[in-house]
Amino acid sequence: MIYMAKKKLSTVLAAIGILVTIFALWISLQYRTLTSGFLAWPASIRGVLLITGILFIILGVYFYPTKKHRTIINILFLLPAVLAFTMTVIIPFILGVFYSFTDWNGITLNNFIGFENYKDFFKSPEYIHSFMATLIFTILNMLLVNIIAFGLSLLVTSKIRGRNIYRAGFFIPNLIGGIVLGYIWQFIFNYVITDIAAAMNIKSLSQSLLALPDRAILAIIIVSTWQYAGYIMMIYVTAIQGVPASVIEAAKMDGAHGFKRITKIIAPLIANSFTICIFLTLVNSFKQFDLNYAITNGGPSKLFMGKAIHSTELLALNIYKTAFTRNDMAVAQAKAVVFFVLLAIVSLIQVYVSKKKEVEM
Amino acid sequence: MTVKRIRGVLLELVSILLFLLFLAPFFIVVVNSSKMNGDIIRDPISFPLDWSLLWKHIQAVIHNPNMNYWKSFLDSAIITVLSLTAIVLCSSMAAWVLVRNHKKWSTVIFMIFVAAMVIPFQVVMLPLLSWFRQVSNFSGISFLSSYTGIVFAYIGFGSSMTIFILHGFIKNIPYELEEAALIDGSSPEGVFFRIILPLLKPVQMTVLILNGIWIWNDFLLPSLMLGLNGKIKTLPLAVTSFVGSYVKQWDLILTSTLLAMLPVVILFLFAQKYIIKGMVEGAIK
Repeated sequence: MIYMAKKKLSTVLAAIGILVTIFALWISLQYRTLTSGFLAWPASIRGVLLITGILFIILGVYFYPTKKHRTIINILFLLPAVLAFTMTVIIPFILGVFYSFTDWNGITLNNFIGFENYKDFFKSPEYIHSFMATLIFTILNMLLVNIIAFGLSLLVTSKIRGRNIYRAGFFIPNLIGGIVLGYIWQFIFNYVITDIAAAMNIKSLSQSLLALPDRAILAIIIVSTWQYAGYIMMIYVTAIQGVPASVIEAAKMDGAHGFKRITKIIAPLIANSFTICIFLTLVNSFKQFDLNYAITNGGPSKLFMGKAIHSTELLALNIYKTAFTRNDMAVAQAKAVVFFVLLAIVSLIQVYVSKKKEVEM
Repeated sequence: MTVKRIRGVLLELVSILLFLLFLAPFFIVVVNSSKMNGDIIRDPISFPLDWSLLWKHIQAVIHNPNMNYWKSFLDSAIITVLSLTAIVLCSSMAAWVLVRNHKKWSTVIFMIFVAAMVIPFQVVMLPLLSWFRQVSNFSGISFLSSYTGIVFAYIGFGSSMTIFILHGFIKNIPYELEEAALIDGSSPEGVFFRIILPLLKPVQMTVLILNGIWIWNDFLLPSLMLGLNGKIKTLPLAVTSFVGSYVKQWDLILTSTLLAMLPVVILFLFAQKYIIKGMVEGAIK
């Protein structure tokens, strides 16, 4: 009896759901012609109708008594994540790659133009400079972050008092967004450091770093290192704490002290963490946007290959500005595709390196 | 003995110096938030003469129409909490299904999620905007400038990494636990909600912290989806729009950054251990 009632109820639910959904979709299809008349009101709430319809279908399917209940649950459980993921990542990604080969202007596209967009920017001084700046920034930043983070991790795992306070202090910049930190550091570079330099009579620092086209990139490197070092430090700390005390003890007995103990015992034992941290910082530096946007916003300008360009416009910001300041949507999209390819190559190398390491171990 | 001692003192000195250097920017923010603009420019590193200015500046920033602190704080909180809940729930369900089905389709779906972690936001942001605009116009559900839209987007962008982490964790939960419950007559969804979900608690902490810090501080996605001067504004957007309209008013700008940092700093003081642990574990996985 209950079985039959359940079956009937769920069928009715699903049927209502299907009807409402079809109705909502039908209105949506001819929305433009329905701004007046008796369908104007349902047209204005077609979004609610659509969601209600789909919910009814889901409920109907869920309550339907069947031996395949497990399959239904599988589908219903996968649906939200897969739907959101497809809508926000997969479809835009495919569209994006496609748009980069067209004359898309953000709204419509008329022609398929092959590699025109790519040809365009590969020759432009602005892009070449941005590309080189990003490369230099990424490598310098990766090195600095890892060296400082490793140094700090040794410091806070040594026998000093208040280790935990130091750890927390070094870690905290990482929790705050790049935008907010960027504005603070813009102030520090423009007013605080110049003020200190003037007080101490240091001529080379008397002008703000942010006003010097050839050195402004250093400002972003400094802030990025400051923001990121504490985080990487904690990864090293976790690794160092994982080194068995007996190994350290044995090394001490054998006379390995200080520097030797670090390079010969600790470093090889935590080699895995070095790999993780190096790739983590590589990828994150390469994608740097927030600090760049808030500290220099690309400026100051300088001449490069006979053209005025923005001296600190890293690739991520370059894509953003190409799209929203210069309104070149298709070119920006093509640049973004190149950006993706470069990141994908780095990731592939990472997978290859880690796999190789695993085999060796 | 003495060499060791000197070395110890030196280490402590270096630590203290580095510590002060690392936190100096925060000191500068607090100190200058309670000075007049002219005094800031003249002397940005001294202590202020009058701390009561800090309170005045805070009041001014909180009630400023561009900043609208409480509203922005609430927007940030709503978006973060809703997104986190949705991400954790949707990803747990999906990860569980993907682990417990040893079929070709489950491997393929999982691989797509994992591979998508490489996709940078920049390559999807422009088509995402136009695509969401089209979907909104068609379906009547607004995806841009709305809580629904941005939460939906965060589920999409957060699910890759979250499913990856949860997948690894669920794999280590013995299937016998589920089998026993199934034999006792539990439904599969009952197994998930009553047995698996509670077991996921330790890893959920990692997932919550990783996604939470990201969403709370995110700038680019909300700036594109909500607009810098839209009705809904997260804290990073509010600070940016504030800075944009008060160029060089450093007394107010620094106060606004102070207010924007405060919630996270307070949270960190209380949940330090979990936050550090969560972020480190997320990176290692």
